[in-house]
Amino acid sequence: MARPAAAAGIVRRRSGAWRRLLRGLYARPSSALGATLAAAFLLLALLGPWVTPYGPLDQDFAARSQPPSPAHPFGTDHLGRDVLSRVVAGDRDIFLLAGSGTLVAVLVGTLVGLAASYRGGWVEEVTYRVFDSLLAIPALLLALLLLGSLGPSRVSVLAVIAVAYTPIVARVVRSVVLDTKTKEYVLAARMQGESTAFVLGREVLPSVLPALAVESALRFSYAIFLVASLGFLGVGVQPPNPDWGLMVSEARDYVYLTPWTLTFPALAISLLVIAVNLLADGLKRVLQVGDTP
Amino acid sequence: MRLEGVSVGYRRGRGWVRAVRDVDLTLERGVTYGLVGESGSGKTTLAHAVLQSLPAHGRLLGGRILFRGRDLATLGPEARRREFHRRVALVPQDPLPSLNPAHRVGRQVEEALDPSGRSTPELRGRAHALLEAVGLADPERVAGAYPHQLSGGMQQRILIAMALAGEPDLLVLDEPTTNLDVTTEATILDLVRRLVHDSGTAVLYVSHSLGVVAELCDRVAVLYAGEMVEDAPATRLFTQPRHPYTQGLLDSVPRLGSTRHEVTLRPIPGRIPPATDLPAGCVFAPRCPLAVDDCREATPALEATPEGRVRCWRWPEVEAGQADPHQPAPAGRLHAPAEDAEAVLEVEHLAKRFPLRRSLVELLRGAPRRAVRAVEDVSLSVRRGHTLGLVGESGSGKSTTARSVLGLEAASAGTVRLLGDELPRRLERRPASAIRRLQMVFQSSDEALNPYRSVGSTLGRPLRRMAGVPREEAAERVARLLESVQLPRSYAEKRPAQLSGGEKQRVAIARAFAAEPEVLVFDESVSGLDVSVQAAILNLLGELQQVRGSGYLFISHDLAVVGFLADQVAVVYLGRVVETGPARSVLSPPYHPYSEALLSAVPLLAPGVERARVRLEGDVPSPVDVPGGCPFHTRCPRLVGPQCREQAPPWRHGPDGHAIACHIPLEELASVQTALFGDGGAPAVPGATSEGGDG
Amino acid sequence: MARFLLRRAGFLLLTLVFTSLLIFLITQALPGDVARILLGREASAQALAQLRAQLGLDRPLPIQYLTWLGDFVRGDWGTSFSTGQPVRELVLSRLGNSLQLAGLTLLIAVPTAVGLGVLAALYEESWIDTVISLASLSVVGLPEFITGLVLIQVFSFRLGWLPANSSIAPGTGLVAALPYLVLPALTATLVLLAYVARLTRASVLVELGRPYVRTAVLKGVPWRRVVIAHVLRNALLPTITVIAISFGWLISGLIVVENVFNYPGLGRLLTFAIARRDIPLLQAVALVAVLGFALANLVADILYAVFNPRITLR
Repeated sequence: MARPAAAAGIVRRRSGAWRRLLRGLYARPSSALGATLAAAFLLLALLGPWVTPYGPLDQDFAARSQPPSPAHPFGTDHLGRDVLSRVVAGDRDIFLLAGSGTLVAVLVGTLVGLAASYRGGWVEEVTYRVFDSLLAIPALLLALLLLGSLGPSRVSVLAVIAVAYTPIVARVVRSVVLDTKTKEYVLAARMQGESTAFVLGREVLPSVLPALAVESALRFSYAIFLVASLGFLGVGVQPPNPDWGLMVSEARDYVYLTPWTLTFPALAISLLVIAVNLLADGLKRVLQVGDTP
Repeated sequence: MRLEGVSVGYRRGRGWVRAVRDVDLTLERGVTYGLVGESGSGKTTLAHAVLQSLPAHGRLLGGRILFRGRDLATLGPEARRREFHRRVALVPQDPLPSLNPAHRVGRQVEEALDPSGRSTPELRGRAHALLEAVGLADPERVAGAYPHQLSGGMQQRILIAMALAGEPDLLVLDEPTTNLDVTTEATILDLVRRLVHDSGTAVLYVSHSLGVVAELCDRVAVLYAGEMVEDAPATRLFTQPRHPYTQGLLDSVPRLGSTRHEVTLRPIPGRIPPATDLPAGCVFAPRCPLAVDDCREATPALEATPEGRVRCWRWPEVEAGQADPHQPAPAGRLHAPAEDAEAVLEVEHLAKRFPLRRSLVELLRGAPRRAVRAVEDVSLSVRRGHTLGLVGESGSGKSTTARSVLGLEAASAGTVRLLGDELPRRLERRPASAIRRLQMVFQSSDEALNPYRSVGSTLGRPLRRMAGVPREEAAERVARLLESVQLPRSYAEKRPAQLSGGEKQRVAIARAFAAEPEVLVFDESVSGLDVSVQAAILNLLGELQQVRGSGYLFISHDLAVVGFLADQVAVVYLGRVVETGPARSVLSPPYHPYSEALLSAVPLLAPGVERARVRLEGDVPSPVDVPGGCPFHTRCPRLVGPQCREQAPPWRHGPDGHAIACHIPLEELASVQTALFGDGGAPAVPGATSEGGDG
Repeated sequence: MARFLLRRAGFLLLTLVFTSLLIFLITQALPGDVARILLGREASAQALAQLRAQLGLDRPLPIQYLTWLGDFVRGDWGTSFSTGQPVRELVLSRLGNSLQLAGLTLLIAVPTAVGLGVLAALYEESWIDTVISLASLSVVGLPEFITGLVLIQVFSFRLGWLPANSSIAPGTGLVAALPYLVLPALTATLVLLAYVARLTRASVLVELGRPYVRTAVLKGVPWRRVVIAHVLRNALLPTITVIAISFGWLISGLIVVENVFNYPGLGRLLTFAIARRDIPLLQAVALVAVLGFALANLVADILYAVFNPRITLR
């Protein structure tokens, strides 16, 4: 088989898989809605600065506490900042923090999970003992402890998500690896003298991917949740940054005066989390991954 | 019960897939009706339709099912429960999942007697009586146990007890012995035969196994791709089939005692069409050697014949044996391997123990570390171009033996020599050349091939790595490899999900041969396949061995298959070899008492033929506490005295390297044992296949 | 049985040792000089050193850890940096409040969630199932501070039925506190509800598909009895584990809920301790919360084993 042809074949197969996935997601209204909404939020996060009328920190003292109007579709807050611009900027922040935190957790969790659970023995024992004790601390508590010591900053928030979710991802990976490593095709690969790296990468990893995709989506939704909660408690992203949770917390004091400053960020959080949840649920159905507690 | 023109379908998207089409069937009291078919024939669907227990997406699409003259479709849920479910019973394929794990067995039997869930001393007494009736010696203990604490054979007896509790008018048995060992299967079949005879109920027995149906049934219907193709009394069907498919099935089963040197099995080409994509005309036409143009255009009706029915226009020719439905196959194309061939694989005193974890308390007490003794003492020798068959039931340690020989598990003791060189115990320590020379084909299953890799990629990798084929030639070599296992070259592009079970197994065989090994280990490699496909694989293995001269270590629980393929046979029990020698010697007296029981338990394709019955009591002991002395003494029907319990049996050597580990001398064994099947083969099947069809 | 308990308790102890070490390392070893926090920016080097010696901060970390853990076990939880009160009294008084709230939440959430889950499974793919599934999917996405604010809007501001601020005085009796507990408990319930209901549904569906259900139906057992005696008996077993896991969520949830409603529980105390960098307080609250979570898991493990005949209690 000539190389380019093979490569083309792989590309074709991959795109086929994507198409199947999308078709599966759009076969049901709930997952179609989830996928569309999540994509819209992502697009907005990417295009943010180019589509919003104002900067998230720009203050217009002349237009303080304005209700929604054509000039300020979501109104303005008590400092005269445009709520729409802040919500959009917050969207970008959420994807940056929750998204990259999740990404780190997924990458590290997958690598550690794959290697430790395939190797077995004391390495696996020790790794999962440490992970288990991390999981024995409720996620938000762990996050607060870490933030308490690291001090509130965006990098800390990202680190917190990575630390809190790596063990969970590793656990999911492990359950699939333990199931897969005794499969006959894995034994067959070992009997062809294949290296551990090859067996893990080519034989084991593909079976992990579906569960991993679902778990990543779920983790992402929890990460959004967590970032927002931390912001609300005032220990995450600090003012004047346009964090959704922080915005809700600040707006509470002005809820009679300017209810829109509370409504729109709260709505944004809810919509995005629900969208990602619907997407995760759809992925689970399409990729045929079982429910896990 | 009567079925009139029954069709059953499953919902697929917006449409319906008809899995069973237009079946007429009458079940009468006192008659055991067999329903045989390969996977995909619709036999289980039909059984569930009969029981009104189709899954949610299945539905009766046509016809009527009458029970005692009433159409079941007209019954409401409550009436159906009282007037139907109380009068029918099912013995399912998997006993354990069919029992509620959270209730004690006794309660579940009582519930079968009184479904309202009461428990009275009277009910308990009746439950115990039932348990005794199905041959459970200690009903008190069994009734107090949870299902998972009992062996598979005992679980199946419980389900039979529950089925009989309501004194049903109709008993449906859905492959009740498929997952049991052959010796357990034999005792369950004996039990079913006796109970059916005593109660006189109507029985529908669903099975893929022609042998079991031949042993048990009065009348047999053959199902193919959702249609009934033949229906006849058992004695007639197995001696004088009228449908080419029945004929083909009978021709593809290896008979006990026939060998590959005498017989070539005749598989049915192609595969069962899926219910979503049926051919026009006769459903069997694409695979039928007798098919003419008419067959491919119009569907033949189920035609009445003397004593039965058949769905084929050319049945008189099939029945008379005038039209040999298959291409004439030269009998015994494969010549015997050289007697003096050198040993390529030698295994000596192999042992594999899996240590159990000790609890903290045991650790402090200094209790000895206990272990599962999967393999105790196995010595084997495979010669170039020869096949050594390794036979034993589940738990005998045959799979662990294979894995230890290959180094997938590190052996605890013993040596493995390949071409005279001793191999390290762990696969990862073995030199690449040794890995290349010793390859394995696994149990045929969906796990054999990585679902995410194409056939070409799966085969190309070992070719390049092990056989040193340069990248440019790889595609051509993959194609040649595919052809050598009789698959088209285009299959390199396919994914495992697009292949049938038999095709997947061919690819797995090709993968093992890609490395050009000297020795191949087959672990139950044909067990999961339908008989018509299995026959083709067995033929293929024989031919490949002829061409390549590899030595085979062939592991199976199926004595007929081992007898067909093997030159030498070793019988294992609880991790020890108990009998070994040339296949011919092992399959004829004197037998080891265990081998005798195994052979006697194999169902033969000969309804009505009587033979000696040797049955084993009890279950295989746990490999953690292996009995002392002779490990078989707890179940041995020929126990001679205390030496069996106390001393390890001596090896007693016969001619040709035949050896038996038993306290009874060979001459004595020979004098009390009779041959367990005809003169070296099953009774000849008269009719179309008399020449070459049998030994 | 005794052996089983002993082993489980051993595991619990091991986990607690590990987690306490983690908590200690996170709070003590990471940057941030305690002495400087206490004395402020202008403190002299000498005063700093003296305070460090007094607090034992100049000793090696393992010794510090062991001393801290030993003191904790003996009941000496130290003195709060910010209030000067003994940490133990502070934490224990708040713990009672948090337990009240958690108890009420579980009392509402568990029966409702299990009921909804079973209902959705028994009527799989019907409108009942669709409504329950979609509702739980949506609710699961709402952070507690949002559901809490919505509930306040509706029940306190619009309807005026219940107080929006639950900052009850210490020593308020349960009956007197009840009106203040309802809204926080409802808020915490919503998140648990969806999670437990979804997994209960899945577990009931799995059991409904098992062959023993068919066996029971073919015995002629009435459907009601099949569901209650056979399906639920097995399906609710994994639910025990699910509830134990959700206890971790409950703890996270309560931290937020107590802050939304100003309810004087451990959650409030925790955010207070963080804001003031009050390390002894922070450590004590964290350890108590982790202990609670671990105990909940232990109880669940034991219950699971007791109700599951497949686990031999050894």
